[in-house]
Amino acid sequence: MTTASDSSSSMTKRPNRLFKNWMAKLASVPMILTALVVFVGGTAWTIVYSFTGSRMLPKTKWVGFDQYERLWDTDRWIISIKNLAIYGSCSMILTLFLGFCLAACLDRKIRYESAFRTIFLYPFALSFVVTGLVWQWILNPDFGLQNVVRSWGWESFTFNPLNDPNTVIYGILIAGLWQGTGLIMCIMLAGLRGIDEDIWKAAKVDGIGTVKTYVMVIIPMMRPVFVTALVLIASGIIKLYDLVVAQTGGGPGLASEVPAKYVIEYMFRAQNLGQGFAASTMMLCSVVIILIPWAYLEFGGKKRG
Amino acid sequence: MTNSVEIKNLDLSFGAVHVLKQLNLEIAEGEFLVLLGSSGCGKSTLLNCIAGLLDVSAGQIFIKDKNVTWAEPSERGIGMVFQSYALYPQMSVRKNLSFGLKNAKVPKDEINKRVSRVAEVLQIEALLDRKPGALSGGQRQRVAIGRALVRDVDVFLFDEPLSNLDAKLRTDLRVELKRLHKKLKNTMIYVTHDQVEAMTLADRISIMKNGMIEQLDTPDVIYSRPCNKYVADFIGSPAMNMFKGQLSGDTFHGEGFTVDVSQYDFDTHSRREGDAWLGIRPEHIVTGEAANGATFSCNAEIDILEPMGSDTLVWIDFAGQPVRVRTEGQSGLTPGESVTIGFDAARLHLFDSQTETRL
Amino acid sequence: MVDQTHTSAIEPSGPKPKKTFSRANIFLYGTLIMVSVYYLLPLYVMIVTSLKGMPEIRMGNVFGPPMEITVQPWVRAWSEACTGINCDGLSRGFANSVQILIPSVLLSILIASVNGYALSNWKFKGSEIFFTILIIGAFIPYQTMLYPIVIILREIGLMGSIGGLVLVHTVFGMPILTLLFRNYFASIPEELFKAARVDGAGFWQIYFQIMLPMALPIFVVAIILQVTGIWNDFLFGVIYTKPATYPMTVQLNNIVNSVQGVKEYNVNMAATLITGLVPLVIYFASGKLFVRGIAAGAVKG
Repeated sequence: MTTASDSSSSMTKRPNRLFKNWMAKLASVPMILTALVVFVGGTAWTIVYSFTGSRMLPKTKWVGFDQYERLWDTDRWIISIKNLAIYGSCSMILTLFLGFCLAACLDRKIRYESAFRTIFLYPFALSFVVTGLVWQWILNPDFGLQNVVRSWGWESFTFNPLNDPNTVIYGILIAGLWQGTGLIMCIMLAGLRGIDEDIWKAAKVDGIGTVKTYVMVIIPMMRPVFVTALVLIASGIIKLYDLVVAQTGGGPGLASEVPAKYVIEYMFRAQNLGQGFAASTMMLCSVVIILIPWAYLEFGGKKRG
Repeated sequence: MTNSVEIKNLDLSFGAVHVLKQLNLEIAEGEFLVLLGSSGCGKSTLLNCIAGLLDVSAGQIFIKDKNVTWAEPSERGIGMVFQSYALYPQMSVRKNLSFGLKNAKVPKDEINKRVSRVAEVLQIEALLDRKPGALSGGQRQRVAIGRALVRDVDVFLFDEPLSNLDAKLRTDLRVELKRLHKKLKNTMIYVTHDQVEAMTLADRISIMKNGMIEQLDTPDVIYSRPCNKYVADFIGSPAMNMFKGQLSGDTFHGEGFTVDVSQYDFDTHSRREGDAWLGIRPEHIVTGEAANGATFSCNAEIDILEPMGSDTLVWIDFAGQPVRVRTEGQSGLTPGESVTIGFDAARLHLFDSQTETRL
Repeated sequence: MVDQTHTSAIEPSGPKPKKTFSRANIFLYGTLIMVSVYYLLPLYVMIVTSLKGMPEIRMGNVFGPPMEITVQPWVRAWSEACTGINCDGLSRGFANSVQILIPSVLLSILIASVNGYALSNWKFKGSEIFFTILIIGAFIPYQTMLYPIVIILREIGLMGSIGGLVLVHTVFGMPILTLLFRNYFASIPEELFKAARVDGAGFWQIYFQIMLPMALPIFVVAIILQVTGIWNDFLFGVIYTKPATYPMTVQLNNIVNSVQGVKEYNVNMAATLITGLVPLVIYFASGKLFVRGIAAGAVKG
């Protein structure tokens, strides 16, 4: 039963390498299968089939880069990419900024700190679907925020982002920030708490003001925390799908389409698998582009130090 | 005589916990004062109060005869060195040194002058353009000291500055600190839990316990005339041997032995008879021939020996308890052997068993 | 009292006088309270809307408290709301979600904890490579793996079933959970493991008798992480299940965003609130552990 008794009975012969720790290897089979079959195999399969003309079913009819050419000729994809760029850059900057500011506020030894933290973080426990639907309702022009402000007497007040193709992505951004900032705040707060108390004391003895200490001393010290936060935000941005489906369904028209939605629409609704594969391969490429410099900074830097 | 730092009736409490209690302390110009105590005794807290990093609950703090109880740390005319160095990791050594000055809008020439002077004093000129991460522990602490020096202030506060260093570096830097003090002649207040650092560096040592000062005196007096049993136990390594007994007249009655204490230098106003402790330091117990001439001598059996090179610690069974005796390195003794031990009454310490104060 | 203020005017003594309403404090608390309003508003709107009747909603103020409290929207959302032709409310989705949740959480945590244990204590040739692939896999957009999984599930006959979705959740929960357990087991002193091996304990004995009892806190963290994650999932539910086995989030979206019929905003908000209730209860009940869970998850990934 146990490996220990096995090895003691076969003391004279050197045990076979392959069967050393065989129980550990057996127990790792699900992990190995997941890593190799689903992650490596699945990704490779998708990339390979993105060069085929598959429609309803995957077929090995090679078409070269046709799917990619068609992809970049499709307005819907271009809109998706633009939306993702706007949403991504805004959400990256604002989440980092707000997350850090809130964390810094909570780190000032204030009262009711845990109450505030609980409030800022609870949206993170909710589903994107719930978030999307609530904000859809609040931003509803006939009954929501706009209507309430108008009923207060400001008749010309207009705040209807979800029904305007030019602003719909900012409407989604409001909901996205609401859901995601709490997490970043929590990470930043943990980072701030990890900073040596003596640094603050030294800065105080040097007569450096609070804001200046944050900007000149603390933020540079928190570089690894910022990098972690950045990676988290970035991977969240690329996954953006549920929120859009729930809040706008991609509308009005195609104005709030995003790449993840494009992939699923083409794979499972439009029955154009090849397009879906090509689009998802493009998503993979963007992740690689983001991830490689990060991995280099994170792991390349460690070797030097 | 002007006092450099003066603390009057200082109280500090966090909620119901009294950390410092009615503390008074006067530190003379140019004095090296060490605050010594085990962790949690309030020594670091006191230092932080002097620096203005903690708000006091009651009392006053004067630095150079100026009441600074409410002043900001940077306005108090102090420099401070921390245990964890607390250097700004993203700035070069030069920036670390000049950051505070720049912030105080000191002219550029003046900053450069001060930085290079300090760098020369501490011999860190070669390190000025490096980042703290590229420095060794000893170098970092030197830079941290430098950051306090460039402020050109009269009072330096050290919060266990050597505790993060390994044993050898600690000894080296200790000597350097002493030399630095000799050269600069500034007032220095130094917090440590290491009695060797305290004994070697201090002009005066203040031994603290539970937020109060137990004894404040020169290292010599602290060692030779500890004012109570706590201080006697705390100072000296290996620790003082303690025997329980009764004092009547000029005789101390221990468990199975009596000592004539007529030669003992009693504290005239606290002399009392009754239950008492007799203390004798391991290095003040003599063995063999020398013991015969002592006030007290007897035979006892050696339990074990702990040779340490320069000297040997001998454990002896005496009066029903293990007794530490420090002898020379090559003692020639063997375990199980019977040996004559003795000590002089002048070297004794007697403490009241109730109040634990020196008799 | 009067005397004290008199002397302190000349000579600073005792604690520094602090203004209760200093400018910095007003700014600090002002900011925090304003942001809190932004954060609490949606929860508040959900609750009040779900307790109002439709006529009151049409009249006007989303922020106003209900003049007449009614639980009718909650009843409708739970058992009558329609998605297309089905009109049995969220209850079916709730049942599906529970049936998906329990096996997914158990299976994924069981596998990941054993993996983490093997990776930290029983390293074998290649184990680190597989682990690295697993962690990198966590960064790959799900979209690139969606269709191959469809094929796998079809091959093993689980496509569209709850069992299939359980498998998918187990697979995609593996990177983060394995990381969590591996780091935790690595933090347990190795001497303990060595002592157990010298005492002759084997792989499973050490796991069940030594590691498992010590790892209880991290199991709680993992459970919180998985329960909220799986409950809130939408993407996998929409792709790998069919209408009869839709989890609650998918059904909620279909109810609210269905184009047929008159929009019943109060019912929609009640349904939304019901769906959000499970993770919210876990969040408020677990408090610090939830934070610990996401902080652990945030370490890398």
